Formats: sequence, C-alpha cells, structure tokens
Amino acid sequence: MASEISRAIAAGILGGSVYALMAVGLTLTFGVLDIINVAQGIFVVLGAYLSYALSVHLHLDLLLGLLITVPAMFIIGLVIYWLFIRPLRGAERTSMTLLACFAVALIIEGVLYREFGSGYVSLNAWYTSASVHIFDFYLADIYLIGFGLAAVAFAAIYLILYRTTFGRAVRATMQNRVAARLIGIDVNRVSALTFGIGTAVTAIGGMVYGAISGGFTPNSGYDLISRLLAIVILAGLGSVGGALVAAIFMTTAEALVDIWQPDWAVAVFYLALVIILTFRPAGIFGQRAVRAQ
Amino acid sequence: MAGTRHAPRLRSRTFSGLGAAVLIAVIAVFPLVFTNPTATNFGVITLIFLAVASAWNIFSGFSGYLSLGHAVFYGTGAYFLAVAAKDWHLTGSAVFWLLPLAGAVAALIAVPLGLVALRVRRHTFVVITIAFFFIAQLSASNLAVTGGSSGLLLPVPNWTSATFNNPFYYVALIIAAGTVALSVLIRRSRFGLQLRAIRDDEDRAAGLGVRAMPVKLTALVLSAFITGMAGALWVYFIGEAFPQFVFDPLFDLAVVLMAFFGGLGTVAGPVLGALILEPAQMYLNLQQSNGYESEILFGALFLVVILFLPRGVLPTAGEWLTPGRMRRLRDGWLAWRARRTAHPPVPPAEGTPS
Amino acid sequence: MTATLRAEGVSKSFGGLQALADCSLTAQAGRITGLIGPNGSGKTTLFNAITGYERIDSGQVYLDEQRITGASPQRVFSLGVGRTFQLTRIFPRLTVLENMLVPANRGRSTREHRERAMDLLAFTGIASHARALAGTLSYGQRKLLELAYVLVADPAVVLLDEPAGGVNPSLIHHITDRIRELNAAGRTFLIVEHNMEFVMGLCHQVTVLDSGSVVASGPPEVIRTDPRVLDAYLGTEADDA
Repeated sequence: MASEISRAIAAGILGGSVYALMAVGLTLTFGVLDIINVAQGIFVVLGAYLSYALSVHLHLDLLLGLLITVPAMFIIGLVIYWLFIRPLRGAERTSMTLLACFAVALIIEGVLYREFGSGYVSLNAWYTSASVHIFDFYLADIYLIGFGLAAVAFAAIYLILYRTTFGRAVRATMQNRVAARLIGIDVNRVSALTFGIGTAVTAIGGMVYGAISGGFTPNSGYDLISRLLAIVILAGLGSVGGALVAAIFMTTAEALVDIWQPDWAVAVFYLALVIILTFRPAGIFGQRAVRAQ
Repeated sequence: MAGTRHAPRLRSRTFSGLGAAVLIAVIAVFPLVFTNPTATNFGVITLIFLAVASAWNIFSGFSGYLSLGHAVFYGTGAYFLAVAAKDWHLTGSAVFWLLPLAGAVAALIAVPLGLVALRVRRHTFVVITIAFFFIAQLSASNLAVTGGSSGLLLPVPNWTSATFNNPFYYVALIIAAGTVALSVLIRRSRFGLQLRAIRDDEDRAAGLGVRAMPVKLTALVLSAFITGMAGALWVYFIGEAFPQFVFDPLFDLAVVLMAFFGGLGTVAGPVLGALILEPAQMYLNLQQSNGYESEILFGALFLVVILFLPRGVLPTAGEWLTPGRMRRLRDGWLAWRARRTAHPPVPPAEGTPS
Repeated sequence: MTATLRAEGVSKSFGGLQALADCSLTAQAGRITGLIGPNGSGKTTLFNAITGYERIDSGQVYLDEQRITGASPQRVFSLGVGRTFQLTRIFPRLTVLENMLVPANRGRSTREHRERAMDLLAFTGIASHARALAGTLSYGQRKLLELAYVLVADPAVVLLDEPAGGVNPSLIHHITDRIRELNAAGRTFLIVEHNMEFVMGLCHQVTVLDSGSVVASGPPEVIRTDPRVLDAYLGTEADDA
C-alpha cells in the first residue's frame, strides 16, 4: 500500500508537470487574449497524433519528432488565431471566441477521425516500456522524460516572459490591453504569438500524454480539456504559477483516489473545481474581481 | 454613431401572431399529411430540439450566461423518466404524465447548480457548466440506479407501428408551443427586461435595483424544467438511456448553434434555428455512415455563423430589410401589379378568330 | 424629497496606493455641491465608496442620520441615492425607453412607470429616441439618458460623475439648466467635474480633493482664489508620473 501511494504521488507530480505545461498555455492565452481556448484538449490529441504519424510512418523517434511537431503546432496555432479568432469583436466577443474554439475543436476532431479512425492508438518508444526503479516502486521512464521536457519548456517560457522584450510586451498586455496598445505594443502580434505558444506546448504535452495514457482516440480531447479547464479555473484564470500548483495537486489527488476508486478518480478534478468555486469564485489565486465585465 | 437604428420593425405584432398561428396549424397537421414514419420521426426530434433551443435561449440568450451544460437537465429528466417508468410500472400513454415530474426534478437540481455557478464571471460560468456536465456523465456511468454504463431500457408502448410516432409528436408539439409562448411572455415582461439588462451590464443593473441572482436563477429553473421534460420525452421516444448518449457533449453545441443561427436572445431565433438545422443534421446523419463528416460540417457551419452572421439569421435579415429596402420591395411589387392590371393578359374574345 | 449625504474619515487603499485618506465631505440637503481635484485625487473612488461599489477601509458614510457605510449598490439606490458614471454605463442592446424601465419600480403601475419614463426622457430632451437602441446614441445623448434613468426612482441625492465631460457647450447649458430645475425641487446634488466654469457657475458649495483628502471646502468664489487649491492643481501636475 505504501509503495502504491508513493508511486501515485510520484506519478502525480511528474505527470502533473506535463498537465501543468498545457494548462499554462491555456492560462497565458486567457491572460493575453481574454479568451478560453477550449480547443486546447484536441490540440493535445492532435499533437499526439502528429507524433504518432511521424513515429509510425517515418520511424522517427518521439523525442526527435518534437523538433517537427512543436513548430508545426505553433504555426497551426498562428493560423487558427488569424483566421478564426482575430476577426471576432464586439459585445459578445467572449462567448463568440469560446464557441469558435469549440467549432475548431470539432473540425479537428472530425479530421482526426477521418485520418486515423476511431481505434485506440498509443505512442511507443524504448522509454515508454522501460521503467526506472525509485524507492520501492517502478515508474516508466517516460514520466521522468516528460517531467524533464516540461521543466525545459517552463524554463523557456519563464525566460521568454521575464528576459525578453516580447515577454515584457506579453506581461503588459496581460495587465492592461488598452494601455499596452497605447504605448505602442502591437497587441495583435503579441496575441498571435501567445496563442501560438499556447498551442506549441501541446505538441510536447501530446507526445507525453500519448505515451503515458496507454491509448488515445480523437475522442480523448474531451477528457483532456475538461481536466485542463478544471486546473486553470481552480487556479484562477491568468495565474501561471497557480496553474502549475493546481495541475500537480489535482493530478496527484487523482492518482491517489485511483488506488481505491478508479471509476470515480477523474471526478476529483470536477469536484475540486466545484468546491473551490463555491467559496472562491475567482479561483485560488485569481485576482480578477468576480463578475467584472 | 450617427443615425438611430431602431429595434427591428420587420415584424409587427399582428403579423407575427398570424404567422405563429399559421405555423402551428401547419405543424399540427404535418403527421396527418406526411404519414411516413421517417418524416414523423424527424418531426418529433425537431420539435423536441425546438423546445430545448427555446428553453436554452430563455436562460442563456436573455441573460448572456452561456450554458454548455444543459445536457445535465436533459439527462436528468431522461433518467428520471426511465427509472420512474420502470419502478412504477407505467406503460403507454400513462408515461406521459411523468413528463412534468421529470421537468420538476431537473428544475430542482438547477437550484443548487445555479447558486454555485451564477456567482462567477461569464468565462468561468461556461467552464463550470462544462464541469457539471462531466460530473453528470460520470455519475450516470457509475451509479447503479442509472444502470451504469449499460444504461436502462424503457417500456415500449404497444401502439400500431403506422402511427406510433404520432402521440410523441403531439406531446412534443405541446411542449414546444408552450415553450415559445413562455418565451414571448418573458420577452415582454419586466422579468425579461431585467434579464436583458443583466446581459448588457449586470453590475449597473444591480446598482439600479435589479436583484440579479433571483432573476438569473428563475430563468435557469424555467429553462431546466422545459429541458428536463424534453429529455424525458426524448428518452421515452428512443426507448433506451445510455450515459454517453444521454449526456452527449455535442448536445449543448447543437442547441447553441440553433439559437445562435436563428438569432440569440430573440424569440423566433431558436425556433428558426431548430426548424432548419435539426432536420438538416438528421438528414446528414442518414446520408453519411461516418460520424465525422457531420462533425466537420457542423463545426464549419458554426464558424460561418459566428464569423459572418454573429447576430444570427433573423436579426441580420431584420436589419438588412431596412425601411428603405422594404419600400423598394413594396414599390417593386406594386409596380408589377400595376403593370398587370393596366395590360392584363387578354383572353381571346368569343367568336373572333384568333 | 431631500437628504444630506455625509462622508466622515473615509480611507481606502488599493494595494500600496492610498486612494482616499481620512476624507470627510458633506453634501447639504437641497444644495449642489461640487467635487473637484486633479486627476487621481480620488473623486471617483469616493463616489464608489459612497454608493457601495468599493469597500472602504475605515470611516463612515451617512444619509441624513442613517449610516449607509458598506451598503450594497442596490441598497444605496433603494435608499434614494442615484449615481452616474464617468464612462457612461447604459444598456446598449435595450431601447432608450427600456433603459428607463430597468430601475426598480417603486409601487407604481406599469403604465405610470412608462409615463414617468417618457416624461423624464422629454425632460432631458431625448424623448424622440425612445424607441432607438441605446447603443446607437451619441456620447452626449448617453449622458442625458444616464441622467434620466437615475431620476426614475426619484432619488433624494444625485451623484453625477463628470456630467459635462466630453459634451459640447450647448448641451452643457442644457444639462446645467436641468440640474438647476431638479435642485429647485429640493434634490441634493454632488457633482464631480473638471470643467471649472460648469462647477463655479452651478454649485453652491465646492470641495477640493487632493491625493485622497480634502484640502479646501467653501463657496465657489472663495475656492477659486484659495492658494491651496491652486497648489493642488499646479503642484501635483509637476510631480505627476
């Protein structure tokens, strides 16, 4: 039992870091563009399928494949932003962009069904089956690799946000979009690039998810987006650090509950969300006022 | 912003009252004219979605709080009926009496859900409705009372197969008509005004004495009641209840698209949206054996509506038909008629050689 | 129908910024009080504090003898205090008339409510736009609409946040006349404004705010020449970041 618990905690933290990465993409998008990209879930699945295609058809190693999938997803993100999100303005902008993201997600899901069918596929490499011995349990190598990738990506994001001019522009836009525009920041460019970054991280997330999950289909997008949304809202929209903490906390909680009640494990996410929101409508770390329009 | 754009005067009250009466009459005789079971099948489902879209609009369209979790109410009503019909050994038309009860159960759960969800920002509200949806789906899959993932079967009424659909059709018609009537009443009432004020600027409305939470909650409860009834009717019609089927993530999207397509926040919008889109969707499902075609088309249509017809077909048409254009249309029509009376086609006179 | 509005020792800080510091002000019943001060002096924050849109850290707010500190915006409104906003807040997708019907109807029948709404629209001069969507109104017309619907509930005290801001001169005259008429009927006014002509010509009493506290208060002629006031405006402009 003790080893099961330790394993759950380790898997939760390591796996949670990858969820955190994808959640951060989501929360950054919210912070800069003021939209909730509900297509993030299917983007992850898309990233997983891209890795799959490269691995199966080109026999490219999954990690190497990232060199292709990350830029590819970045560009896909830019295109989607430019075509479907940027044109939306007006009073109903928040609802419209949300629905537009949903529509995009549907289209991508349909295309994935068409290209790959509805059967379960998974990503395999030597590090998905080989495992490492930690304390008194075994954990597949991919967990450590995933954690490593997430760490590298987080470091990169941190450096971008806090050490580059672009990053400063992003933070300024997150604080006050109008003011940012007034001091000469090209808010559209910042938005496009942020959206692209949010999508690019799903390439990494997709690869790790595809390897850890043991099998995915185009339908897996729903499960993913609901978890990511729960993480981001619980943390408080716009809070990057909060998303990190929330992701790790919730993934670990789920892994623990899974030991005793596998059927209900995923409910941890939703129940935590509902409970927290009942007492803190803005999320744990959320700063925006409740119902500020 | 020079010039005043008036609220669309395209439909005067008598015109729309007449139009509605005609529409209801047409819909009422539909099964007597088109007796083909496939047609009446379409009819039942379309009317159910018409009711749901209108009910959704009563809450989300008027208040501006986008709910993507109405499937929770739909499914609750559905499962309640399934369980109740089985436990109370009801069959045939008796089951229809359970519908209002199913609606009431859905309305009841709307209260705690609303109390939690309606206190947060609109972004968060949408997400929390999604969370509720997944909790509901998960519960249905895992609880014994709902039959777990194998679901429940409903008693099949032993009516003649030729007119089997008809009772369902007329019950659906009653629910749909009632919902639209309720929509009209709300739209014209102070309650509806408060909802729409909340949609535009909730804090300002609150500052002017509008009690936002009771107003929003009432709208949600009404919406849930109807949606629950619709779900119950649907599951009885279909005959079985599976979690993934009853709690379908695409359900809310379909409903939202219908409301948006027709015109969010208007009364006729969801009606139009349902009448056009639901048969179209069912037709597509018949034509395509692959689910993904309809998904892609669905998503594409959604994007088209959002990008190009953001206010929906009816309001956009209403604005397009400005008094100027209407006058031109009317003048054109009068001119055409004048030409015909001045030079009517002359029939050959009796007896004269042609 | 009139009342005195009084703020006593109100303080409010936002994080590290002290927006209001021990601020005390009185708007006498039946008088028009002007509230002026350089940008950032806390005028709108004070309005928000009085009308319940902001929680204050310390101090009290009184309506006549009744303490209304911390009351919600709904409650403040129901007690007879109406306010407008610097950036007009109207309901753009409702018609002008519908905007007027949003404020709670105090025991009147629907028809009376409607008639009163139309009367007020006529009073402010925008009755011809009754059926237009409020979002299509010009800026000046929106200001008039805001004034109109604040009056629907017959408030004893009216707080106006920059009623003349961004409005053309002839309309300003119109607004000034309307305010005088309403004041003649007994209503108390507390008006934030930057337009000095407007303030000095209209107000019985002027209070000057600087950096969150009151630096001077008195009749317009006195305030106009008070060196502290000039200092507040000119002095702070120099170290405005």
